[in-house]
Amino acid sequence: MYEATQKISKEHREFLKKVKRKEIAIKITQISLLIAFFALWEIAGRLKLIDPFLFSQPSRMIKTIINLSKDGSLFTHIWVTLSETLIGFALGTFSGIVIAVLLWWSDFASKVAEPYLIVLNSLPKIALGPIFIVWMGNGEAPIITMGLAISLIVTIISLETGFKQVDEDKIKLLKTFGATKFQILTKCILPASIPTIMSAIKINMGLSWVGVITGEFLVSKAGLGYLIVYGGQVFKLDIVMTSVLILSILAALMYVLLVYIEKKIIKWQ
Amino acid sequence: MRKVMVELSNISLNYHTIKGETEAIKDVSFDVCEGEFVGVIGPSGCGKSTLLSIIAGLLKPSNGSVRVNGKVGYMLQKDHLFEWRNIMQNVLLGLEIQNTVNENSIKNIEDLLERYGLSDFKYHYPNQISGGMRQRAALIRTLALKPDIMLLDEAFSALDYQTRLAISDEVWTILKNVKKTAVIVTHDISEAIAMCDRIVVLSKRPAVVKNIYEIHLTCDLRSPIGCRKAPEFKEYFNEIWKELDVHV
Ligand SMILES: Nc1ncnc2c1ncn2[C@@H]1O[C@H](COP(=O)(O)OP(=O)(O)OP(=O)(O)O)[C@@H](O)[C@H]1O
Ligand SMILES: [Mg+2]
Repeated sequence: MYEATQKISKEHREFLKKVKRKEIAIKITQISLLIAFFALWEIAGRLKLIDPFLFSQPSRMIKTIINLSKDGSLFTHIWVTLSETLIGFALGTFSGIVIAVLLWWSDFASKVAEPYLIVLNSLPKIALGPIFIVWMGNGEAPIITMGLAISLIVTIISLETGFKQVDEDKIKLLKTFGATKFQILTKCILPASIPTIMSAIKINMGLSWVGVITGEFLVSKAGLGYLIVYGGQVFKLDIVMTSVLILSILAALMYVLLVYIEKKIIKWQ
Repeated sequence: MRKVMVELSNISLNYHTIKGETEAIKDVSFDVCEGEFVGVIGPSGCGKSTLLSIIAGLLKPSNGSVRVNGKVGYMLQKDHLFEWRNIMQNVLLGLEIQNTVNENSIKNIEDLLERYGLSDFKYHYPNQISGGMRQRAALIRTLALKPDIMLLDEAFSALDYQTRLAISDEVWTILKNVKKTAVIVTHDISEAIAMCDRIVVLSKRPAVVKNIYEIHLTCDLRSPIGCRKAPEFKEYFNEIWKELDVHV
């Protein structure tokens, strides 16, 4: 796989062009589908094929966004949900990594923890929501805890598995150099697990959104989850639809950002 | 009498698992002298890697005594370059572990990379260079620690045949030039005859020494590829083949 410096042949140029054309076609189709979806939604609403009161409508959603932006409350809601998600995600991922490292370090602890992890993993964490609320009050704490709890156990389990899959011979190699256990961890186990960690991070991001929104459904005074529940209760579907749309855009942006960071970190692939 | 670098006397080793006890090595004794290349050959699973681990100090024998005079460098079957480190970072690994990265050691590594044709690939990642180059990088990583005794555990078996011949010739020449001592484990009888001054043939597991062959080849150029034409080559091959008693 040396750098190919020879001139590109005509045949190869044709091939590249074909690949490029296909890529462009895919992109155009994707964007058209999106535009068509919103256009049809709008038209169906205007022609009263669907009831805008129940289904909302792109134009009404734009109006809602403008209205909610006027007093700045939209940004407060977005910020509340975003910050809760990021904090819950960061705490869940970080403590997950730390615990996985500890379990890697002590085989005894790992064996002891195994059945508990299995049970906790199969428990739907949402069920713990009311308990968190009772314990922590109705502020942001129980919501952040939901965002944390939902990603913690999967992180521990997937990282511990990842750590164990690192090639034994790589560790043997380090031992021939006289490496300590700590050096084996930092020079080999952790860097070798970066792809595993990155994929856990991507999954956790998604899970933390779920945890936080559910938390906000249960108890909250602000946030997109609050807006959705509030809009539903007062039958303002415009607010609900708008919040869902904003939520999906935020989640997608976050994912794109993570993929970008992943590419920057894993530069050897 | 040459200085003895490795002295194994009546080594035995048992592995213990829940399923039971595996007697890997039963009674192995042999010496390796300074500058000597000793081949270890035997059926698969007979305990060759275990033997090297004992010499390297990674495993303690259940019985018997090991004496090793000097620093040991280990080369495993695969190159095990870390894919997240570039070649330079990879060859520095052992020094980093031992906290001996300094101007001198870096200078030494730069020299080695230069001498073995890798200096243009210092900042490449392992997956960007060929198998032969990777093996050379792995050799430099080991040589960087200035070992006196090299342990090669089927170090070339992951390479394709042509590369394998070329690289084993190259590694042999490098190691002979710097006057290292080597213990070479291989499955390949020809490779063992071509590279070694002495060959220890082990039995099936639990390993005992079946025979030790002194290799004397008459050839102008004593290098693994050069000496394959020696008239004695075939005789050694046939004898060792018979000794191994392979049934399929
Ligand atoms: N950690 C271990 N625990 C238990 N048994 C082991 C362990 N390592 C090796 N063994 C067993 O000990 C025997 C010798 O193993 P070893 O790897 O030394 O053989 P080998 O001669 O190097 O084999 P190969 O030719 O396949 O490389 C084998 O039967 C193997 O199954
Ligand atoms: Mg082996």
